[in-house]
Order: sequence, then structure tokens, then C-alpha cells
Amino acid sequence: MTLLDFLLEPLSYDFMVRALVTTVVAAVVCAVLSCWLVLIGWSLLGDAVSHAVLPGVVLAYMLGLPFGVGAVIFGFLAVGLIGAIRSTSRIKEDAVIGIVFTTLFALGLVLISVVPSQTDLNHIIFGNILGISQSDQLQIGVLAAVALVLLLFKRRDLTLYAFDPVHAHAIGLSPRRLGGLLLGVLALTAVVALQVVGVILVVAMLIIPGATAYLLTDRFTRMLVIAPVLSAASSVVGIYLSYWLDAASGGLVVVTQGVTFALVHLFGPRRGLVSTYLASWSRRAVANG
Amino acid sequence: MTAAIEVSGLTVRYGEIVALEGVDLRLEAGRVTGLIGMNGSGKSTLFKAMLGIVRPDQGEIRIAGRTAAEARRHGTIAYVPQSEDVDWNFPVSVHDVVMMGRYSRLGPTRRPGRVDRAAVAEALDRVELSEYTQRQIGQLSGGQRRRAFVARGIAQEAGIMFLDEPFAGVDKRSEATIVRLLRELAADQRTILVSTHDLHALPDLADEAILLLRRILFQGSVSEALRPESLARCFGLDPLEQDTLS
Repeated sequence: MTLLDFLLEPLSYDFMVRALVTTVVAAVVCAVLSCWLVLIGWSLLGDAVSHAVLPGVVLAYMLGLPFGVGAVIFGFLAVGLIGAIRSTSRIKEDAVIGIVFTTLFALGLVLISVVPSQTDLNHIIFGNILGISQSDQLQIGVLAAVALVLLLFKRRDLTLYAFDPVHAHAIGLSPRRLGGLLLGVLALTAVVALQVVGVILVVAMLIIPGATAYLLTDRFTRMLVIAPVLSAASSVVGIYLSYWLDAASGGLVVVTQGVTFALVHLFGPRRGLVSTYLASWSRRAVANG
Repeated sequence: MTAAIEVSGLTVRYGEIVALEGVDLRLEAGRVTGLIGMNGSGKSTLFKAMLGIVRPDQGEIRIAGRTAAEARRHGTIAYVPQSEDVDWNFPVSVHDVVMMGRYSRLGPTRRPGRVDRAAVAEALDRVELSEYTQRQIGQLSGGQRRRAFVARGIAQEAGIMFLDEPFAGVDKRSEATIVRLLRELAADQRTILVSTHDLHALPDLADEAILLLRRILFQGSVSEALRPESLARCFGLDPLEQDTLS
């Protein structure tokens, strides 16, 4: 088998082309969003919201509404509940988040089990890259475009919100509204990604790319380029691996992202563990003559 | 003449706890005021109330003749946060931070124009950080970091500047630079309110001082504020009790 066969054979199947395109689209949107999430410290919240949207998606399916609508409503419901319980009880925030999102996620599972459905809603839990239909693809494309446009249009405000919300407030911007925008986009993005890698692995796509890019640069604008490029590349590699190894595609995409993170953490040019060790070793060698 | 800041009867409670009680305050333009009080005396709450971050339970705040919300929309107040409230590893450059002072003047995407770039360059020049514009913000020294945030306030063209503990973790030389800078800014008719633990810097820095312990204990000249009996009241130490302690 030549390299060309390796690359081209999967592309002779329509479902593989669709899988590649959809995964790359989802990976790019998630990666862009993840840049803010990792800096604000919202990784756990991202995990929570991506699970909590499940009942919203199922209800939207039952009512014939776009998935995005149900997801956004339940995303905000989850965050509202977390805030309300946090401020009216002595329970710490991480426990509150755990209670709210698992309960909503479980509600979603119950709904799935009682809703008669043509498309298998179980795919939402584990993802179904290889079985994405054309209408799924359209919906993913639209949601991804909306999320990406909102993020890029408001990128400077969102970065200000992440860095210094007090200053944002002092100059008359509303940190509440900016946080709300980010949450809304998070819910939309969760819908995009959960059809690809499934609810359980969405959080990986929402954290790993931003964290990896953060290890590589001191400029936010560069993070916004590095994260989606790495994430898209990991997706392509993951999908090819899944074709040739005949293994779970969503899983392999995330494993590839995780391996990329590990490689950057070890061998990154400036902050990598190996390069910092070598630098300090050579400094010592010079000092000792 | 309208005062730059006028606070009357300000009371702020967090649940059961009274953070500020019946605070009356008047700050004039062109002066540096030192805000002195121990931890938990309500200094941060006072800043937050004037910035509109905490809602007062009672009382009124007027800033340059406007309500606090109007003043915010006009970008009247610049805030230089405490060092521990800033994520110094955040991937922004010194230039990026100072540009954030211009955001309220920019369009919805906050895309800066030529005027804004010029304002940022000028502000950085003013605080003598022109050679560090492209550094990541955490790669500055303690004093330089504070000056970068002051530059943000200058770029904002704010008439009022609040600084929360600007001398914490700053060496003596940088402290002197910051004091000189704040004096210059006051000479341009800005109103400057500085919360500080550093009583030694006060005579050079401030025109007047406020002693705060949930309420205003004293507002007036620095030399009077620094008298042992005033400080003892402010820091909750009775001078007589001090003898028994030592």
C-alpha cells in the first residue's frame, strides 16, 4: 500500500468524506471557544453545560425544533441552577456543578429511553461520526457558523471579560452579558460537537486545544490560530486512524488531541519540560566550565 | 464647583455583615487622596460601590455630577486592580492591556484606529514603558506592571483614577516613580484615590488622607491622619492597650 492509497482510499466513501468535513468543522469551533474557556477557568463548567444540554436536545427533537434551541435553553437553565443553589446553600461550587449536570444528563437519558425515535438518539451520547446524515451535517454547519461568527465578532470583548471583568464593568460594558454570550455559544458548540464525538467526549474538544495552544504562545490572537489548526489536524489524523484500525472514531480523535497535548507539554519550544530541562542543564554546564 | 466624587450616606451590607455604614465623602479634582484602613475595613467595598460593582443598600454616589452608571458609560473612572486580582500569565501584551482602556470608544468589534494607537503609544510613553510594549504583561516587574495599568487609565482619558494597593510588592525605587507619576496626573486635574498600607509613602504621595473603618473616621491633612492616636483608632488599637500588649 502506498502513502497515496493510505490517504485516498477512505475518501472514496461518501460517509468518510462527510465524517472528515463535519469533524473538522466541529473541531475548529470547539478549539476557538476553548481558548477562552481555559483562560477563564470554565473547563468544568464546559463539561457541565455540554452534558446538561442533553434533555434540551431530546425535547427539541420531540417538538420538532432545531436542536440548538433546546440546547441553549438547557445550557442557561443549568448555569442558572448552579448559581441559585450555590448562593442559597453551603454546598461548594464543584459539588453543585456535579449535582446539576449529572441530574440533567440523567433526565436526558430517561427521555431518550421513552421517546420513540427514527434517528438513534443514543448516538448523541457516544457520537456517530460515520453515520452523519446530510441534514445533520447542514444543522452542524449552521450552528458552527453562528457560534464562530459570534466568537470572532466579539473576540476582543470576550478577551477583556476573561482578563479583567472589573475594567469591563468600569468602562460601561456588561460582564454579565459577555459571560452570557459565552455560555450561549458554549451550548451551541456543545450541540455541534456532541453529534460528532458524543456528549462524553465533547469536553475534551472544549479544553485540550486551548490548553495546548496556551502552552505554545503568549499571544491570545496566536492561540486563536494555533488551537483550531492543531485541533483540525488531530481530527483528520484520528479519523484516518479509525478507518485503518477499524476503531472508534470519536475516541481516536480525542486520543490524538491528548497525545498532541502531551507532546507539546514535553517538547514545546519554550515551556516544554524537556526543553526547559535542557536549557537549565546547559546553563549549569556553562557555569561549571 | 461640583466635586469629582460625592458620596453621601453610603451603606453596604453583605447579608448580616455591614461593610460600610453611612459613608460621606467628597473628593476634588486635581488632588491625590490616600485611603487608609486595615484589611476588612471596607476599602475594596468602597471602590466597588463607586464602580457600581456592588449595589449600595442606602446612600447616593455622584461622579462628576453624574450617576455612577452614567459615569461608567462615559469611561470617567479608571481602576488599577490589586496585583493578586490579575492573572499575570494571561496571554496579552502590555500594548493589548493599555488598548483595553480605549474599548468604550470603539465600535462593536473594538477594532482600534489610528487615533487609538496614538493614544496608547502616548500613554505608554508617559509611564516610561515604551520599550516594553510587546512584552507579555507578566514579564514586567512589579512596579512596571502597575504603571502599565496606570497607562490604561491614561489611554482611557479617565478623569478619575482608583488604585488598589499599588505599592504592594513594589521596590522603593519603583514606588518613587509611581508616586511621581500620580502627582503629575493630579497636576493635570485628575482625581486620584489610592488605597494603601504603606504609610511612609503617604506624605510624598497624597494631598489628603481618609481613615476608614466601615465608616469614615477622618478626612483631612496627611500629617493629622498619621498622628498615632488617629492611626490607633483606624487600626483598632487603643494607644493605652498597646502598652499592655508590649
